[in-house]
Amino acid sequence: MQSGKKGDWVQITQIVFEAGSRAPQVPEDTQKVPLQLWVKGYLQADSAIGETVTIITITGRNVTGVLTKVNPGFSHNYGDFVPELQRVGGELRSIVFEGDSE
Amino acid sequence: MKTDMSYSAVMGRKNEIMKKAVGIDYSVFELGGMRFDYERMMHEAGYSLEEIEKIQSMTGVGNTPLLELRNITKLARKMAPAGYGARIFIKDEACNPSGSFKARRAATAVYHAKKLGYKGVIAATSGNYGAAVASQAAMHGLRCIIVQECYDSRMVGQPEILEKQRACEAYGAEVVQLSVGPELFYTFLCLLEETGYFNASLYTPFGIAGVETLGFELARQCKLSLGKFPEAVLITHAGGGNVTGTARGLMKAGAENTKVIGASVDLTGLHMASDKDFNRKSFTTGHTGFGLPFATWPDRADVPRNAARPLRYLDRYVLVKQGEVFYMTEALASLEGLERGPAGNTSLTAAFAVAQEMHEDEIIVVQETEYTGAGKHPMPQLNFARSNGIEILYGDPDKEIPGKNIIFPDHPSRIKIRDFDLRKAKISFIKNCISTYKPESISEEEIQFIASETKMEVSGVLSVLQEIGMPLQA
Repeated sequence: MQSGKKGDWVQITQIVFEAGSRAPQVPEDTQKVPLQLWVKGYLQADSAIGETVTIITITGRNVTGVLTKVNPGFSHNYGDFVPELQRVGGELRSIVFEGDSE
Repeated sequence: MKTDMSYSAVMGRKNEIMKKAVGIDYSVFELGGMRFDYERMMHEAGYSLEEIEKIQSMTGVGNTPLLELRNITKLARKMAPAGYGARIFIKDEACNPSGSFKARRAATAVYHAKKLGYKGVIAATSGNYGAAVASQAAMHGLRCIIVQECYDSRMVGQPEILEKQRACEAYGAEVVQLSVGPELFYTFLCLLEETGYFNASLYTPFGIAGVETLGFELARQCKLSLGKFPEAVLITHAGGGNVTGTARGLMKAGAENTKVIGASVDLTGLHMASDKDFNRKSFTTGHTGFGLPFATWPDRADVPRNAARPLRYLDRYVLVKQGEVFYMTEALASLEGLERGPAGNTSLTAAFAVAQEMHEDEIIVVQETEYTGAGKHPMPQLNFARSNGIEILYGDPDKEIPGKNIIFPDHPSRIKIRDFDLRKAKISFIKNCISTYKPESISEEEIQFIASETKMEVSGVLSVLQEIGMPLQA
C-alpha cells in the first residue's frame, strides 16, 4: 500500500455531512451521497493511504482527515482530438474570405 | 464551552460571522422592510472610480486593449440584410494578471482586506475569481483560501474547475474542494470563523466598484478612437456583478444611451445542486443557473445586501446555446487569431447575432475575454461532455437539450439569440421582495424602491402589483 512520510505534500478527505443528513434544499440524488471535502497540506506523521492523518495546509491550518494521495498531481489536459471543432475554422474562413483572391 | 458546529448553529451565526469578515455594517443602509439605500452603500462602503483606477494600476490590473474583430464583423455582415452588421469590438480582459476581468474585483477586495489589517482572504468560487483573488493575495502578501465546488460524488471533477484549482495553488492559495451541494456555504462560514480572514465576496460594494473601471475604460476607448460611445455593450451574465459594474462605469463615463445587454448560456433543465447534473453541463459559469436566480433575488449572495443588482441596469437579456459558444470560440481563434477561454465568449456569441440587427455604422462592444489552457478550452470540455454521455452534433442549436447533447450550428447563420422576457424576471423579483419581507401593503416609498431596483416606471410597478393582487397602502 502506498504511504507518505512526515513532511510529504498530500491530499486528505473528510465527510462534512453524511448521506441523508444533507441540507433540506438539496435535490434527491444529492441527498443520497455525502458532502465530501478535499484539501492539501504537509503530512504530520508517516502514514498509509486510508489512515486518518493530520496535515498543515499552506495557510498554516491543522486539518484532520483520511489520507487519499501523496504528491497529488494534476491530470486535466486537452484530451483527444475533437473532429467537430476542426470543421469550424475551415468553414468560416471559406465564407469570410470567399472571392477575396479575385 | 465548545462552539456548536452543527449546520443550523453555524448558519444561525451567519450575520455575526459576516459582519466580522467583511468589515461592513450593512444595517446602516437599511431603510426598513424591503428598502435599503443602494447608492449610499455604493458610495460609503465602496471606492471612487479614481481611487479604484489607482488601486488597480498598482498591480497591473485594467487598461486592457479594445480590439476590433474585423473578420467576425465581416462574417456577421454576410448573414445580415444589406446595410446591417455593426462593427464588433472586444475588450481583451484576458490581459489582466490572472487572465480575466475578475482581477478588477479581486484587486479592490484584497486591497481593502490589507488596508483593514486582515491577515488573509477567503473566497467561495469555482471560477476565474478564485485565481484572481489568489493572484492579488500573492501580490499583497496575504494568505488566501479558495473554496470550490469541484467534484461529483465519484470524485470526478469538471476540467475547467480543476484548472482553476491548479492556478490558485500556483499563486500560493489553499484550495478547499467540495462535492456538489449548497452546503458549501456552511464550510465557507466555518473557515471564516476559524481563520478570522476577510470574506473577499464577489458581491461587496468595493468588489462591484472594481468592475466600474471596465465600463468606464471601454466607453472612453470608443470615444477616443471612434469618436462616439458604443450603441450596445454585451456582457456575460452570471452573478450580476459584471453587468452591474460595467453599466455603472458606462454611466460614469457619460455613455447614458449605450444599451446594456446581458447574455447567458441556456442550461435550462439542469439542476445546479444535483450530483448527477453537475458534470453534465459544459459551462461552469455565465449560464442561466446563476443568471436567473441572481437577477430575480440578488440578496441570496454571501453578504446581507448584494451590490450586484443586474435588474437595475439590464436593457435586454438574451440566451445562447452551449454549441454556439464553442463554435464562436473557434471563430475567435481561427478568424481573429485570439485563442481565449469559452465561458467568456458567451457575450461574443450573442454579439454576433445582435450585431446583425444593428446598422453598419453602429458599434457593439463585447466587454470581456478570459484566459484559456488545459481544461479550460473547448477541446477538453467536449471530451469531458462525451465521457459523460453527451452527444456532440451538428445541426440546429435551437434543438440542443442541456445535459443530453451539444449542437454546433451547421452554418453561422444558425447562431441566434433568444430574448428572455425581462418583465418576467422583474415580476419574480417583486414576488421575492414580498415573500421575504411580508409587507401587508406596499407604501409609496416601496413602489419607488422597486422601480429603481427593476428599472421600471412607477406605472409599470403599479400594474405588476395589481396583477399579483398586492394592496397599496392607503
